[in-house]
Formats: sequence, structure tokens, C-alpha cells
Amino acid sequence: MSKANAKTPAVMMRQVNKWYGQFHVLRDINLNVAAGERIVICGPSGSGKSTLIRCINRLEEHQQGDIEVDGIPLTANLKNIDDVRREVGMVFQSFNLFPHLTIMENLTLAPIWVRKTPKAQAEEAAMKYLTRVKIPEQAHKYPGQLSGGQQQRVAIARALCMNPKIMLFDEPTSALDPEMIKEVLEVMVDLAEGGMTMLCVTHEMAFARQVADRVIFMDEGQIVEENTPQEFFTNPQSPRTRKFLEQILH
Amino acid sequence: MAYVRASEAPKMAAPKGTIGFAAWAKDKLYPTPLSGLGTVAIAALFLAVSWNLLQWAGLRAVWSAPDRELCAVEGAGACWPFVFAKFHQWIYGLYPFEERWRVNIVYVLGVISLAGLMVPSVPGKRWNALFFFVAFPIIAFFLFYGGILGLPVVETDYWGGLTLTLIIAVTGIVASVPFGILLALGRRSQMPVVRILCVVFIEGVRGVPFITVLFMASVMFPLFMPPGVNPDKLLKAIIGGGLFASAYMAEVVRGGLQAIPKGQIEAAQALGLSYWKMMGLIVMPQALKIVIPGIVNSFISLFQDTSLVTIIGLFDLLGIVQAGFNDAKWKSPQTGNTGYLALAIIYFIFCFSMSRYSQYIERRTNRGLKK
Repeated sequence: MSKANAKTPAVMMRQVNKWYGQFHVLRDINLNVAAGERIVICGPSGSGKSTLIRCINRLEEHQQGDIEVDGIPLTANLKNIDDVRREVGMVFQSFNLFPHLTIMENLTLAPIWVRKTPKAQAEEAAMKYLTRVKIPEQAHKYPGQLSGGQQQRVAIARALCMNPKIMLFDEPTSALDPEMIKEVLEVMVDLAEGGMTMLCVTHEMAFARQVADRVIFMDEGQIVEENTPQEFFTNPQSPRTRKFLEQILH
Repeated sequence: MAYVRASEAPKMAAPKGTIGFAAWAKDKLYPTPLSGLGTVAIAALFLAVSWNLLQWAGLRAVWSAPDRELCAVEGAGACWPFVFAKFHQWIYGLYPFEERWRVNIVYVLGVISLAGLMVPSVPGKRWNALFFFVAFPIIAFFLFYGGILGLPVVETDYWGGLTLTLIIAVTGIVASVPFGILLALGRRSQMPVVRILCVVFIEGVRGVPFITVLFMASVMFPLFMPPGVNPDKLLKAIIGGGLFASAYMAEVVRGGLQAIPKGQIEAAQALGLSYWKMMGLIVMPQALKIVIPGIVNSFISLFQDTSLVTIIGLFDLLGIVQAGFNDAKWKSPQTGNTGYLALAIIYFIFCFSMSRYSQYIERRTNRGLKK
């Protein structure tokens, strides 16, 4: 990690708290992610992991504490929210491709309408990313004609078309058939090796071992443990982590 | 016990009697004796009614006559000469005879540009839309009303018939879509003031019959205006119709909005699309596609509801047809029946066309989305 990167963390969360009504869903979250770092977030369902990463691009609003993304503070300021969303790409569990648009249109929509990229240039970039996720031949089909794994790879390419500095993954493989998980993970590994700053909510522990710089374990809205994958899997510190790992690693 | 298939199972043709017309008829027309009986009974009723109608409207009908004489004969069927004689009036209303070419030009312009918009393969949709929605209404107004380029002024009191029906219906239809969309979005707005205003408007308008809206527009509206300001009767009817249709359209559109998964909105937001771009590019195209049948239902309703403007003294198609019944030259027992049948056919042609076109559009927008 260079010193310049250390100055402006990609993501900075300080004493972040969030409630759904009376339910305290995020409690005292403190997290710094350096540029280029790969973070895997895991934990039982309802532990707040999705909510945490959704706060980073303001799909969810936090009520207390500070979040800065690439130095931009996330407040009610709409311009800041727009700026952050341009920097942050997101991949969802349920793909969320736009079913009324072709794959190519899905990929070029945001560059054309948000970044004002000329259409030809946007299409060229789209083909580059489609090639990178290994499905350039599907460019003119509709999302409904693709398999789940292909759709998720398109969703990754769609996010990449905006040239984000940070990528958020919200359980990207949880809705996939077992046969298709691998093709999506391969794309994500490729991305990680390319130096992308990534925050992944996932239960793919092999993926965490392979690419993560840090693994974060959450439970009941708190960060319970933060560790290198090596330590996390072989020598977890918190009893809660140990219990969780026992459940998922059989 | 292990089992391994040694040879491929043969692919055989379907057994006799399970496909083809005979099988279809057995399955659909007389699967049981009782339902077979039902089929025959319904077919008999249908034939009887059709035969009576055919006799009256065709075999016993009067096809040409100079006046009521032949139609008034005992046992005569439909009085079609009445329809032929009045047909021009049905289309133009009381519009002065020597100025009707102006109406014709509007019809030609309207049909050409509308066809250009509706047929997908015609190029230049953007210019065509600009013409139809912006230039055409202005041109049409000045052609109808006159007062420029030496055209004599024709007051709206003389506008009537099918032309008037189409003026009110098309204006209402065209206005109801954008206003309906805005009202639907307003009703789902996060801002309470906007939301409450939209809810009050939508529920207020939907809570009263169209006749009430028309009466309010024509009788009560002037009470709220400064003295001496009394907008044109037709204008009030158009505004009333547009507002009424917008409220219904808003609810149709809201139905579509509710069917869009939250993930679509989140994906659009995550890509940095602003509210209006998200709505215009992602949400509305999907929502409106889902509710095409409901939208066209609203169009058809409004088209038919225009016949209520007779009540505030406008002579739309229905009004002008009914006015013709009092013509002493054509008064006969069959004049009214024939007039109403012809009227029904005209309304049917318009409404059925809208219905068919919407089905075509539905099929077309579904293309490519299916596996």
C-alpha cells in the first residue's frame, strides 16, 4: 500500500449506527478500507452485512456517524451521493439487470446518461468488459435469454462500465445454481487480481481465502472480528466466530 | 439393482384420435353429453339472434329512398337512407358546408402522422411525434377556428359530430398519459405535500361521475372566475375530460409501478441515475408495458364517455345522431333504431381498433423478452 493511498482511504466508516424503526441494525461500525484492498464480509443472516455495504453507496441511509467514500462525505447532500455512486459499482444477489433492455443497452445506459460518454465509445467499452467476463457473444440478447451465471457476469460488467474505483458485491453467488457459481467467482478473482478495491458480502470461503486481504465477521449489527483470512480461518479469536465457522465449514 | 439403458427409447407419433380436428372437437365441444347439449343450445340461440338481426338490418331493410315514406311502411326493416343522408352531418356537425375542407385537411394530417407514429417500421419517429403532439394541435386549432390567413372564423358552437368527439377524445387521451404518470409518481412521492395533493385530486375526481365533472366545469367553474371570464364551452369539456381521464390513468400507472421490483430501482440508483432518468429509462418503460391493457381501457372509456358532453349542450357524434331523429323528413319507427345501430358500429370500429392495436403492441414489446 502506497502512502498516497493511505491518506485517502477508499472507504472510511466511523462510529456508524443505523436503525430500522426501533431495530438497531448497525452498531458502532468502524471500518477503513484502503484503495486496492479486498474485504470479505461474512456472518449469519440478519447480521447487517448487506446493510453495511448498502450504506456505502447510500442505498441505505445511516443515522449516526460518518461515512466517507474516496474522501467524499456521505451526507444528505445529493451531489455528494451522486458523486459517490459514480465511484462505486454494485453487484446484487438477484442480478437486477434491466429486462427491457439488451445486454449492450444495460451496459451502456449509465455511461451514456450519467457520464455522457458518446454512444460508440460506450459500446466499445461495453464490448471490452463483456469480453472480460467472457460473454461478448451475448451482447444483443435480452437478460431473460441468459442463464443466471451469465446474467450475474453481465451485472459485473455493467458496474465496471462506469469505471468505478470501488466494487460492492452483495451475495453475488447466493441466487445461482451450483454449476454457475464458479464462472462468477472466476470473474471476481480476475477483478481482484486486477487491483480493484472490493467489498464482498459472501459465504464463499474459498474465495475469501484466495483473494481477501481481510475478512470481517459480523453478528447482530456489530463487527465482531476483523482478521487476515489465514488467521480468520485457522485461528479465530472470537468464540462467536468459531461457532459460525463450525456451522459453515462442516 | 443397477440399471443402465442399453438402447435409446424410440420416438413415436402420437396415438390416433388424440390430435387433429376430431380430437379438438371432442375435447372442446362435447367432452360430456351435457356440455354437448350446452354447445348446441348456445349455437342455436346465437343463430336465432343473428338471423333476426340480419332480417331487420339486411333483408327487410330499405336501402334507398328520398325521404321517410318507404321506411314508414309497416314491416319495413332498417332505414339506411337516413344514415346516408345524414352521414356528412354526423362527421362535421353543423360546421359550415363551404368550410368543411378545413376539417378534411385536419383529418388527413392527423391520420398520416398518427399512422406514422403507430406503424413501427416508419422512420423519423421523433420528428413525427414532435409534429403530432406540438405542431398538429396548433395547426388543427387554427384550421378549425380560422381567423388567420383570411379563413373565416367558425365558432366552437358549430363544431360537432364525429369531429367533435375526436377532438375531445384525442386531446383527453394525449393529455391523460403525461398527467396520469405525474400523478402516479406524485402519489408515491416521499414528500407528504405532493403525495397528499395527488391523492386528493385522484380520489376526488374518481369519486364523482364524469357528468358531475362536466357540470362542474360548465356551470360552477365560471362562479370561481372573475366576472366576465367565461371560457369556451368546448374548452371546459376538454379540460374536464382530460382531468377525469388523468385521474384514472394515474391509478392504472400506479398499478404498473407497484409491479416493478425494488431491485430495479436500486440497480438504477447504484449506477448513479437521477430520479427522472431512473423513472424515464428504467421504471416507466417496464411499468407502462405491464399496464398497456389498462391504459387502452382508459382510452376506450374516455372515447365513449365523450358522448356525455351532449348534456352540457355540445353536439358530439351521439348528440348529432339524436338531433337527426327529429328531422320531419326522416321520422319513422325505424329511424331511431337504424341511427343507433350505425352509431354503435362507428363507436365499435374506433374502440375495437384501439383494442387490437394495443394487443399488437403488447405482443411486439414482449418479443425478445421471452425465452
